[in-house]
Amino acid sequence: MAVQRNMNPQRCPMPVQDPMVRRRNFDEVALGYTYEMAVEEARRCLNCPNKPCTTACPVSINIPAFIERVAHEDMEGAYQIIAQSSSLPAVCGRVCPQERQCESKCVRGKKGESVAIGRLERFVADYHREHSTEQPDQPAPNGHKVAIIGAGPSGLTAAGDLAKLGYEVTIYEALHVAGGVLVYGIPEFRLPKMIVRKEIDNLKAIGVKIETNMVIGKILTVDELFEMGNEAVYIGSGAGLPRFMNIPGESLKGVYSANEYLTRINLMKAYQKGSKTPIKHSKKVAVVGGGNVAMDAARSAMRMGAEEVSIVYRRGMEELPARKEEVEHAQEEGVIFRTLSNPVEVIGDEKGEVCGLKCVEMELGEPDESGRRSPIVKPNSEFVLDVDTMIMAIGTSPNPLIRSTTPGLTVNKRGCIVTDGESGLTSREGVYAGGDAVTGAATVILAMGAGKAAAKAIDEYLRSQK
Amino acid sequence: MYRIVRKKALNPTVSLMEIEAPLIARKAEPGQFIIFRAKEDSERVPLTIADFDRDKGTVTIIYQIVGGSTMELDTLQEGDSLQDFVGPLGRPSETEGLKKVAVVGGGVGCAIAYPLAKKLSSLGCEVDSVIGFRNKDLVILEEAFRTVSRELRVMTDDGSYGTKGLVTNALETLIQEGNQYDEVIAIGPVVMMKFVCQLTKQYGIKTIVSMNPIMIDGTGMCGGCRLTVGGETKFACVDGPDFDGHLVDFDEAMHRGTMYREFESHAREASCNLLNKEG
Repeated sequence: MAVQRNMNPQRCPMPVQDPMVRRRNFDEVALGYTYEMAVEEARRCLNCPNKPCTTACPVSINIPAFIERVAHEDMEGAYQIIAQSSSLPAVCGRVCPQERQCESKCVRGKKGESVAIGRLERFVADYHREHSTEQPDQPAPNGHKVAIIGAGPSGLTAAGDLAKLGYEVTIYEALHVAGGVLVYGIPEFRLPKMIVRKEIDNLKAIGVKIETNMVIGKILTVDELFEMGNEAVYIGSGAGLPRFMNIPGESLKGVYSANEYLTRINLMKAYQKGSKTPIKHSKKVAVVGGGNVAMDAARSAMRMGAEEVSIVYRRGMEELPARKEEVEHAQEEGVIFRTLSNPVEVIGDEKGEVCGLKCVEMELGEPDESGRRSPIVKPNSEFVLDVDTMIMAIGTSPNPLIRSTTPGLTVNKRGCIVTDGESGLTSREGVYAGGDAVTGAATVILAMGAGKAAAKAIDEYLRSQK
Repeated sequence: MYRIVRKKALNPTVSLMEIEAPLIARKAEPGQFIIFRAKEDSERVPLTIADFDRDKGTVTIIYQIVGGSTMELDTLQEGDSLQDFVGPLGRPSETEGLKKVAVVGGGVGCAIAYPLAKKLSSLGCEVDSVIGFRNKDLVILEEAFRTVSRELRVMTDDGSYGTKGLVTNALETLIQEGNQYDEVIAIGPVVMMKFVCQLTKQYGIKTIVSMNPIMIDGTGMCGGCRLTVGGETKFACVDGPDFDGHLVDFDEAMHRGTMYREFESHAREASCNLLNKEG
């Protein structure tokens, strides 16, 4: 039965919490489509036979097919199509940069707005979670064991795919809860932890085992994982050590890495009333950096009660690496963007607390290797921001724990694990890697894509061994 | 998991717990640490490993009650289990090639200094130990140190036990008596390690200190435990916790250590009130 196409050039807007209200709470910002909105938006999809959107999806979800099911109000059917390709749809629907992936290729985007694929994915996953009572099938065991290091998006995806093929999968997680950056990094208002927990429960239901408090490289090495009967190991250990700028004053009280600040708030739950987690109750905060992590830190600081929060970024608004939606949300919530500014010194008071941030103004010169115009210091442009907290969100460098305890594992000069392109195979037989441990800090969906590709490669490798 | 098989008070504020953690016990070396969470909603707290028994599969920690988290830990009894226990983290202390070492422990830091003294002694290294406490009631591990040390000097601030004075006084005496140390290992309050290093610098004796800064994950992710060592930023959890004491910026470490002092004392009061009510 054909459905009536919706030829509105505009997508159905996402209901959101009012900015002036949400800037002081940790509840989810985007409220999600209603059933009617989802169906209406789904009917904007032209169901293109060549699926340009799918080719731009790192995990190759059959996007037109699932949207067609939504248009026909078959939500469970839509979920089953997504679930074939993605282990974490409720997460991806919320945090993927769809505007740079699937939605950027949407034919409707040529004359108007693209179909809101991410919002539909989120709706389908949420609808399934709220309405489905079906227990997922336990796949028949194939008698082979695989170990996965890290219960973040990459490891969870690889685990899900391998478990569905019948592998006995154990994930070793360093922290006390599974989820990786989904629980320690991305804040509640962007990704409620209940949703992450449910997605992880789904994996457990198909037989994935998760052992927390296991720092691989310390308590067990990769070689010991093989000795324990695992036939392949996937390293999805994440990015690692936060970078600092090496400017004077970074050790003052009130200087945080974004990782520490967000971990205290998210993982250690400082956002909840009565939490035992110590955190500075800041009045004026500067967040240095322009990526999604910087936006998360700035918006979290606002919600923790700060009076004034600034993003300090050395290039211009156009160059901000964060998702456009995150930047807009931050602006609506009152975050100040001090672009073309670069810190040169953190100033402290007599008690060793941060009391200011000395910056210089920048201007943009010629494009550098990355294609972005490189910032140059304007002479005599020093100014001081009045802040009591500074949060560094300028990236991470790879964690040494696994590379230093795994003989024969090749890393590049930055310390990232070297892999053989798509498959994620490392220099060690049977050892695969993906996500930030390979690429350096990137996105959730790229990490998931790598986990997916590696699961496929591991399956092919182990089949060839039989 | 993580069951407490033995708990013993060593002095009014310091207790020992031996905890079932076979995989950690199998790998642990002196100088490494664990992170524990006493209960479901507790903080993650790092503690250096005080001892381990590979056969029994246990790891021993010795803790001083300083804030809400250690008070919470102290409410657990033999047979109870800790919520989380992660390790062994950090790099083991380097012991290779050492022939004669002075081990200096201050207060609860003696709990970490002892396993190191024991290991050095078992490797045939000559160990002189200096342990210092505020007063007689707080003295711990004296006998343990005596069995692994050629020479043991016990110091108290108020002279109520051993010799009145600071650990630096005893260490300087040992040096002046003509003892030639390959290395001094100092473990205790930051201020003590700072003054030990000032002294050993004068005599040109390499000195290793064990730093225990604020940290969350203990694997290099949060960066909260950063220190300045020789002008470079180092993370105690992955680069340490042992560092060349002559290169550590102790004043900065002391400042950073006070970041949440107000929070800690509030937490302690809150816990005390809770305990009083329960009592």
